[in-house]
Amino acid sequence: MSHPTPAQLDAAAVDCLKKLDLAALKVKERLAIPPQEMPSQDPEVRRRNIQEVALGYTAAQAQAEALRCLQCKNKPCVAGCPVAIDIPAFIQAIAEGDYQKSIDIIKKDSLLPAVCGRVCPQEEQCQLPCTVGKALKDVNKSVSIGRLERFVADWEREQGKVKLPAIKPETGKKVAIIGCGPAGITVAADVRREGHAVTIFEAFHKSGGVMVYGIPEFRLPKVIVKEELATLEKMGVTIQTNFVVGRTRKLLDLLAKDGFDAVFVGVGAGLPKFMNIPGENLVGVFSANEYLTRANLMRAYDFERADTPIFRSQKVAVLGGGNVAMDAARMAVRLGAQEVHLVYRRSRVEMPARIEEVAHAEEEGVLFHLLENAKRILGNEQGLVTGMECVRYELGEPDSSGRRRPVELKGSEFIMDVDTVICAIGNESNPLIRQTTPGLDHNKWGNIIANDQQLTSLPHVYAGGDIVLGAATVILAMGQGRTAAAAINKALAAQPAVT
Amino acid sequence: MNTILKKTQLSDDVVQLRVAAPLIAEERKPGQFVIVQVDSDFGERIPLTIADADAREGSITLIFQVVGKTTMRMAALKEGDVIENILGPLGRPTHIEKLGTVVCVGGGIGVAPLHPIAQGFKQAGNKVIIILGARNQKLLILEKEMRAIADELIICTDDGSYGRKALVTEPLKELCQQAPKPDFVVAIGPPIMMKFCAETTRPFAVPTFVSLNTIMVDGTGMCGGCRVTVGDETKFVCVDGPEFDGHKVDFDNMMKRLRAYKTLEDQARHTCKLQQEIARKESEMKP
Repeated sequence: MSHPTPAQLDAAAVDCLKKLDLAALKVKERLAIPPQEMPSQDPEVRRRNIQEVALGYTAAQAQAEALRCLQCKNKPCVAGCPVAIDIPAFIQAIAEGDYQKSIDIIKKDSLLPAVCGRVCPQEEQCQLPCTVGKALKDVNKSVSIGRLERFVADWEREQGKVKLPAIKPETGKKVAIIGCGPAGITVAADVRREGHAVTIFEAFHKSGGVMVYGIPEFRLPKVIVKEELATLEKMGVTIQTNFVVGRTRKLLDLLAKDGFDAVFVGVGAGLPKFMNIPGENLVGVFSANEYLTRANLMRAYDFERADTPIFRSQKVAVLGGGNVAMDAARMAVRLGAQEVHLVYRRSRVEMPARIEEVAHAEEEGVLFHLLENAKRILGNEQGLVTGMECVRYELGEPDSSGRRRPVELKGSEFIMDVDTVICAIGNESNPLIRQTTPGLDHNKWGNIIANDQQLTSLPHVYAGGDIVLGAATVILAMGQGRTAAAAINKALAAQPAVT
Repeated sequence: MNTILKKTQLSDDVVQLRVAAPLIAEERKPGQFVIVQVDSDFGERIPLTIADADAREGSITLIFQVVGKTTMRMAALKEGDVIENILGPLGRPTHIEKLGTVVCVGGGIGVAPLHPIAQGFKQAGNKVIIILGARNQKLLILEKEMRAIADELIICTDDGSYGRKALVTEPLKELCQQAPKPDFVVAIGPPIMMKFCAETTRPFAVPTFVSLNTIMVDGTGMCGGCRVTVGDETKFVCVDGPEFDGHKVDFDNMMKRLRAYKTLEDQARHTCKLQQEIARKESEMKP
C-alpha cells in the first residue's frame, strides 16, 4: 500500500463532510465517520531527514475528527487528562470552526498545547476512556484528542495570534525555578501571572529541558518549544542558562542570600540507567540521553556544521521499549545506520511507547526484537563494540507493575552483529540537588519527596516532574507544576506584602 | 558575559585564558571544573579544569592544550572576545585535610588543575612535595607558581632539557621508598601518566588520587558519556568525580573511551588547520 499524501487524506475528509447533515448529526452517524489518519512524511523520504514526521490535520480533517466526538455529558476524557482540559468543549469549537475559542479553552488549563498535542501518551490518558473508542471496541479508534489539540495550537501560532496572559501588578516577591523543562515552565507561567518575579535557572546553554535535548526534531520541532519559551520571556520571566543549582549556587542560598521567597525544583530525572552487564563501558555504548543530546541539542546530525561528533554507526541495537528507545532508534536511522534493531524483553503490548511512535519506527525500517534482551556486549582490543550477546525470553506471571514478567529461556543465547548499543531503559534521579541540599528528603531511588501540594521537607521548597515522579511524561510534569504553582501562589499571598 | 580578560600563550599549543565568570569564581573549590562552549549554535561542550580563580576580580583561569576543533577555536579567541557558555563549577571538590606529607604529581597541562589542589593541601598544613613532568622545558607550565607552594619541587623532562631526565614515576618511587613514605599522592596528567603513578604507589600502599578528564556533554550527570570503571562499579566523572582512587580506576578502558571520536576529531582538526593555512596564504598574497 502506498503512503497516503496529505492531499489524498484531505480530499477524503472533504468528501466525508459533504455527505453529512451537520445540523442534525446522530450518534450513529458520528460513529460512522472514519477516524482521520494523521498526514505524515513518506517513510522512505523521512528516513533521511530530520523534519517533523507528522504533518498535522488539514482543516477538513480536523472538522471531520471533531465531529466524531459524542459530547458525552460525563466527559470521561477530562478525567483522563492530568491537567483536566475541557476536552469536549474545545473539540466542539473546532467542529464549529471557531479555532480561537477552541485554543482559549485549552489554554485555561494547559500552557503547552502544541507540545502536548505531539508528545502526550493520549492512548493511555484522555483517549483511553473515550466513549467512541469503547463503542468501536478499539482505543485506537477513539477521538484523536491530541491531534485536534495540536491542530488548534498550530493554528494559533501560525496566525501569530498567541496571546500573552494577563499579569497582575508586581508583588515584589521572587520565585526561583530550577530546571527549564515542562514542570518548571508551567510553574513559571502560573506564578508570574500572579505578579511575582520569576527566574528560571537552567544548566544547559539552551532552555526547554527534555523538549530540546531529548525529544527529536522529527517529533517535536524546536521552533515550537522556542516560541513557547519566548511567550514566557515576554511575560517577564527571566531565564538564566548555564546555571546549575547545587554547584553554581546552593539551593538554600537562593532563599537565604539571594532573596527568593520560594523555590521550585523541576530538574527532571537526568541520570541514565545502564544494564549492568559486561562490556557496557566499551566504546560505542551510549545512553539514549547522550546519543539524543548529541543529535538534538548539539545538532550533531548536521555533520558539516556541528562541532560535536556523533558515532557513525552501521548496525545499531537500542535497548528498551519506551518513547526514548523509539526516538533513539529513529535517530540512528536518520544518521545513516544501515540496520537498527530495537531489543525489548517483553512483548509488544507491554511496550510503554506511544502506539504512533512504534508504528512510525516500524515504517522507517527499525527491526523489532521482542522478548529478547542483552546479556553482554562484546568488543575488540581497541575497546570498540563488535557484537552483543542476547537471550530470548517468554512471558510468565504478572509482576509488581502488573505486566507479565519476562522469564529467560535457558540456552537461547545468540550473538547480534552490531557496532553500537544505545541504552534506553530509563533514568534515575540526578543526585546534584539532594547531595548539596541538607534536609531535603528523598526516597531510596533518590526521588525528592513532595506532599500533595508538591511541598518538600524544606519550607518554601517545592518539587515536581520527573525528579519526584521518576521518569514520566511531559503532561504529568505539567500537572505537578500546576499544583505546585497554586500552592506557591497561595503561600505567597499569605505572606505580608513586600513594599 | 564570559569576556576574555587576558590571554597568555604558555607554549606552542598551550594557552591560558583569564575569563570573567564571577559566580564560578566565587563558588569554585580546588578540584572542580567547568564546561565550556564557544558558541551556542554549533559549538561543542568540553570540560576544562579551573586552574585558578580570583573572586574579587570575578575571573577564572583556564589552561588548555590545543587537541581538537574546540580547543583550536578557543585558542583563536582574543582578549575582549566572549566565550558564549561556561557552566560550573562542576564535580566534587577535592577533599583537603591535614595528612602529613602530600606528593602532588603533575604532567603536561595536568599541572593546571593540580595548582589549586597543591595550594589547598599547603594551606591545610601539609608538607607538599611537587613533581612536575613535561616532554621538554618549553612545555613545562606554572613552574614559578608551583615553586611558590612547594616545600620541595622536582622537575622531570623526557628529553633532559630541564631538571631530571626521567619520567615522573622515578622520583615518585624514590619518595615511596624513603621513610617515612608519603601519606598521600595526587597525580594529574595524561591518563598513561596517572596509570603509572598509581602502579608506582600501589606496592607501597600509598593512597593515590587521580583527577580524570573524560568526554562529557552536559557535565551534570545527564548523559553518562563520562563513565569510567572504578573497582567493580561504573562511575560518572562529572557527578561522582572528577577525583577517584587511582588504584581502582580502569585506565585502559578509560583511554579507549577517550579515543572514541579520534578519527572524526583528527579529520576536523586537519580541515581546520587547512582552512587557517589557506586564510594565511590569502592574506599574504594581498598587497
